[in-house]
Amino acid sequence: MTKKLLFLLTAALIAAPVAAQDLGAAVGEGGPVERVAVDGEEADGPLRGTVTDESAWSDIGIAIPAFATDRDRPTAANADGTGALGREVARVITDNLRNNGLFKPVGPDSLPQPAFTQITAPAFTTWSGRSAEMLVHGYVRARDDGRLVIGCYLYDVALQNELVREGWVVAPADWRRAAHKCSDLIFSRLTGESPFFDSRIAYIAETGPKDRRVKRLAVMDSDGANHRFLTLGSATALTPRYSPDYSKILYLSYVDGNPRIYVYDIGTGKQTLVTENRSPTIAPRWSPDGKSILYAMAVAGNTDIYRVPATGGASVKLTDNPGIDVGGSYSPDGRKVVFESDRSGSQQCYIMDADGTNQKRISFFGGRCATPEWSPRGDQIAFTRIAGDFNVAVMNTSGGNMRVLTRGWQDEAPTWAPNGRIIQFFRTEKNTGRSGIWQVDLTGQNERRLPTPVDASDPAWGPIRP
Amino acid sequence: MNTKLATILLLASATGLTACAKKAPEVLPPPPATDTAPTTQPAPQVQPTGPNVGTQQHFAAALGSSATIYFDTDRYNVDSQDAAALQAQAQYFARYPQITFTIEGHADERGTREYNLALGERRATAAKNYLVSLGVDANRIAVVSYGKERPVALASNEGAWAQNRRAASVIIN
Repeated sequence: MTKKLLFLLTAALIAAPVAAQDLGAAVGEGGPVERVAVDGEEADGPLRGTVTDESAWSDIGIAIPAFATDRDRPTAANADGTGALGREVARVITDNLRNNGLFKPVGPDSLPQPAFTQITAPAFTTWSGRSAEMLVHGYVRARDDGRLVIGCYLYDVALQNELVREGWVVAPADWRRAAHKCSDLIFSRLTGESPFFDSRIAYIAETGPKDRRVKRLAVMDSDGANHRFLTLGSATALTPRYSPDYSKILYLSYVDGNPRIYVYDIGTGKQTLVTENRSPTIAPRWSPDGKSILYAMAVAGNTDIYRVPATGGASVKLTDNPGIDVGGSYSPDGRKVVFESDRSGSQQCYIMDADGTNQKRISFFGGRCATPEWSPRGDQIAFTRIAGDFNVAVMNTSGGNMRVLTRGWQDEAPTWAPNGRIIQFFRTEKNTGRSGIWQVDLTGQNERRLPTPVDASDPAWGPIRP
Repeated sequence: MNTKLATILLLASATGLTACAKKAPEVLPPPPATDTAPTTQPAPQVQPTGPNVGTQQHFAAALGSSATIYFDTDRYNVDSQDAAALQAQAQYFARYPQITFTIEGHADERGTREYNLALGERRATAAKNYLVSLGVDANRIAVVSYGKERPVALASNEGAWAQNRRAASVIIN
């Protein structure tokens, strides 16, 4: 009896740090960006010959001179005023297009600066003389209320035509979002693809030696800017996932000593357990509409996949198998789930209906299939292929047309760009255990490392922002 | 049982001696004066003692390498070597029924993160179930998985991975 009591007391001590916190100050995400009508002639219909062949994109020369300003005014967004900010906006757009290997952009630092009046009436002969095929113009205007109007125009130099234009009103702190919106406008117009630049990434920031790694929840823009740590590092944090509306993050924390999934509300800074249960919970995923959460829970050592309403309530067990079932990812229509299971003896990928019925293995190409993630376009599944080394690969939703995209020693945990054209993952170095976030496009080309202030893993790309 | 006990006591006292030896003064004592009669060495006032029962040090000293069991890649079965180690643990926990402990399940780095968390849970639970089958009260055993987050061997080779695929028993203080 005393034994029991002692254990209960000990258990109470272990469970006591429910109040334990590892959270930094809460800072909410910005709301939707307001669109505004911008000056100019009416666009004259769709672009002739939309570029869809990927190999052709990178050959398009795009000139992106500094954005003009109607008059140079002070702004909280730039110490040197709206004129200097216009140059910064053009630089962000140039970096976006260049870093993703999409086009051949030439930025404001090697181009003449157009006057404000030329934004809607470009000096086309100047730009054709520089062999630019496409021309981006724009302006920055400070309003009396301190907010900024940023206009963005895309011209075809040979046709001397305006292809598209759009404008946004942003708070000074959100000026980069307008640059990303402009990048998205250009990208979408020239490729026919959906946008992806104006999006954010949740990930795990890593510091310290391999056996005492400090792992903190962190977020950043798609280009690595506006970086922020959300947890302090006293408890290990793993595997974050942004909610579709960016208001919450699901992630795993050892803050009470055990692996548990929490729902962290970014605006209020409060977090709750995904389910009130003494069993460990791992591998959180949102449904596309944000109303449901998938997670895996180990009961008596066996891990299965469960679904729970995002607002809390009763969990539904979706898999019931003596193997490890983990890591479900919804199809974009929310009707199916791809997950991994070792029920066959090794990790393989399976598909089931959202209610757990019709479980069916889809990976039969040799090696192992782990961490499957359904593309936002619905047609592909990215996963970690384990065949000697660990590599990021894609397959169609029946397990066919498997293609390996990366060649690292350990490339793991793919996450899709909102438009399903680019995949991020993390790469771990042999021996040192150091990690970084990388991205690759669907052709396997244009692989690059993302800039992060410290080592990084477990990237989770959020949807396009409103 | 008696021999086992004796071994444990021996191990414990051996550790105590080692601990004492480490505390040897860095400066040698002055040589005894020649003009005084040699005196008998006084008996040490404090008997060498090992760590207290209920500490991880005591458990580690008593169990040695049997405090941890090891697994093959992606496996979680208790093999004959693991069984011998867990029997030694069961005897220790039978002798000290007031002790509660956690079994930490681990995986090597050559696995994906979430699968490894599930695998560590499976390994720790396999060790727990075996101890329970040997008579240890399940309520005394907590289980936690660290997946691949807490390696003990830091290289990236088969030898290091074998050391990291483990279930380690840790005393709850």
